[in-house]
Amino acid sequence: MGWLPDPVERLLDVALVGELTVIGHNGRPVTHPLIPLYHEGRIYLHSSTLFSKKLEHIKRDPRVALAITDPVATKGNPDRATIQGTARLIEEDPHSDWERLILRLWRAKEPSIDDFLKVRVALPLFFERAVIAITPERCLYWAGGRTDLAPVETRAPRSEAA
Amino acid sequence: MAIDAPMRSGSIAAHAPTAADFERLATYPHLVVSWLEADGYPTSVATTFETDATAGIIRLASPGGMSIPTDREVGVLGSHIHPITGGYDERRHLQLWGRFDGAEAFTPDRVWGWDEAETPFFEYSERSVPQSRRYLAALSREKGRTIRPRLSPFWLALRTTRLPFLSATAVPVLLGIAVAASHGAFTWWAALLTLLGGSFAHLAINVTNDIFDTLSGADEANTTPTQFSGGSRVAVYDLVSIRGLTWVALALFAAAAAVGLLLVAVTGSLTLVWIGIAGIAVGVAYTAPPLKLVYRGLGEIAVAIGFGPIMLLGAYVVQTGRLGWEPLVVSLVPGILIALILFVNEIPDRRSDAEAGKRTLPVRFSPDAVRTGYLVAALAAFAVIAGGAAGGLLPWPTLIALAAVPLALRVHAGLKTHYDSPYTLMAVMGANVNLNLVVGGLLLLAYVATIAAMLLA
Repeated sequence: MGWLPDPVERLLDVALVGELTVIGHNGRPVTHPLIPLYHEGRIYLHSSTLFSKKLEHIKRDPRVALAITDPVATKGNPDRATIQGTARLIEEDPHSDWERLILRLWRAKEPSIDDFLKVRVALPLFFERAVIAITPERCLYWAGGRTDLAPVETRAPRSEAA
Repeated sequence: MAIDAPMRSGSIAAHAPTAADFERLATYPHLVVSWLEADGYPTSVATTFETDATAGIIRLASPGGMSIPTDREVGVLGSHIHPITGGYDERRHLQLWGRFDGAEAFTPDRVWGWDEAETPFFEYSERSVPQSRRYLAALSREKGRTIRPRLSPFWLALRTTRLPFLSATAVPVLLGIAVAASHGAFTWWAALLTLLGGSFAHLAINVTNDIFDTLSGADEANTTPTQFSGGSRVAVYDLVSIRGLTWVALALFAAAAAVGLLLVAVTGSLTLVWIGIAGIAVGVAYTAPPLKLVYRGLGEIAVAIGFGPIMLLGAYVVQTGRLGWEPLVVSLVPGILIALILFVNEIPDRRSDAEAGKRTLPVRFSPDAVRTGYLVAALAAFAVIAGGAAGGLLPWPTLIALAAVPLALRVHAGLKTHYDSPYTLMAVMGANVNLNLVVGGLLLLAYVATIAAMLLA
């Protein structure tokens, strides 16, 4: 469904953590480790309102970059990638939107989340969440994680980037 | 003030880099370098690095085919997780901002981060509650409707009233009923109504306590609440407004009063009226101005009176219509042990309590004094049982409750080991709650045996 290169899709499918860079105050890049989810060409991240500074930054400027860099978090896959794109926040109902949209994907990657959900009463604000849906526009890929070499660059087809 | 250790710093707040930050950064296997490109999009790339704390720089390996800019701010991030079955732990990250010199040197001027080994996730979350409230308030303005955090009605009711703490009411009420039954007086429906009325009063006092602790700032200042301490936090989290809590408290007080008046009407006991008034007065004065007993280090005495003589004698009077020495002596046991639940639960709250001017006993006294105080009070509860039985005031089977002495000693030992760690202290707090349940249960068993023996005689 998506245009991202296969090796990058594989990275997104397994990565437990990626680094989301957003544009902070005064144009400062601010990077947050988050669990990336990937489905039908879109990248989904999510954030509790407890840690919502990144959401405020995205509201001011939706241009973002997501890097997958850590082989420890990718089941030993040494490849690396950075995907630039535009983020959209889904937060009409922070209590339940995310459950409907991404819980299935989250659970598949981090099954222990169900243990936390069972005690939602103990962590009520942690489960008030916004979904960050990223439409990829440009991808940089480093086979074997060799960032000392120039990346392979791919851009979204015009229709997808629009 | 006997605050024994400095407060933990929480997450690593934004600050100018120090040598310690360079040491922290050196533990990461690679860094993610990020900047804004000419088209306005951020980008990032992983690279290897070396730290030079003396020079205050980080040497970055040049990424291939990309130029880290020198004319704008650059960020570098070290991030670590440890995958485990079903998820990951050992989360930590460190972000630095600064300038790149075009060759290899990155000079940071600002750093921020989090290490869950230093600031547990739950504490980090509590410290972030104000951000959540600000965000949801802004979102409400943006959407033109109120957006608040929610829980299902069942869980919200449980959390708001702190329902699981009702065991503290059940023990003295059931003991009062049992003592009365051993004296030949027992009416089952009055017993049920007593339990119901006592429970309403207890829940009302719990909610009232939360209202005043929220208004005083004590609950908001507490960033290490546990399932036993720190209040319900429903107002701190904005799950329920103070106004809503006030209505809940009034409704529960009204329900308690209605049950109490019904029992007074049925028993015709004026003593019960005075016991009821004393119970509500002590409960409200516990946190409410002007007395604010718990703020003056008198919370334990208020709780001992409320959950000891008032609850137990109240239950006894409902059944018998009169006061008595035996129920008074028995009431000292749950009175002391439930006061000790408060005493231990105040330990993890002591720093935030001190900030809010809530000068509880653990705020006032050193850890050694608190631990010694615990041991003396717990042993006093057992001495009451032993002395009461030896003096013939309590039936001799009540001596079985002395079997719980080792549990009290275990709690005392746990206080020594876990005094400064709110989260590991939770197991000790749980054991201390169990101490009251075990002693209360054994005393109940003793009275059941006594009643059975009387019936068989």
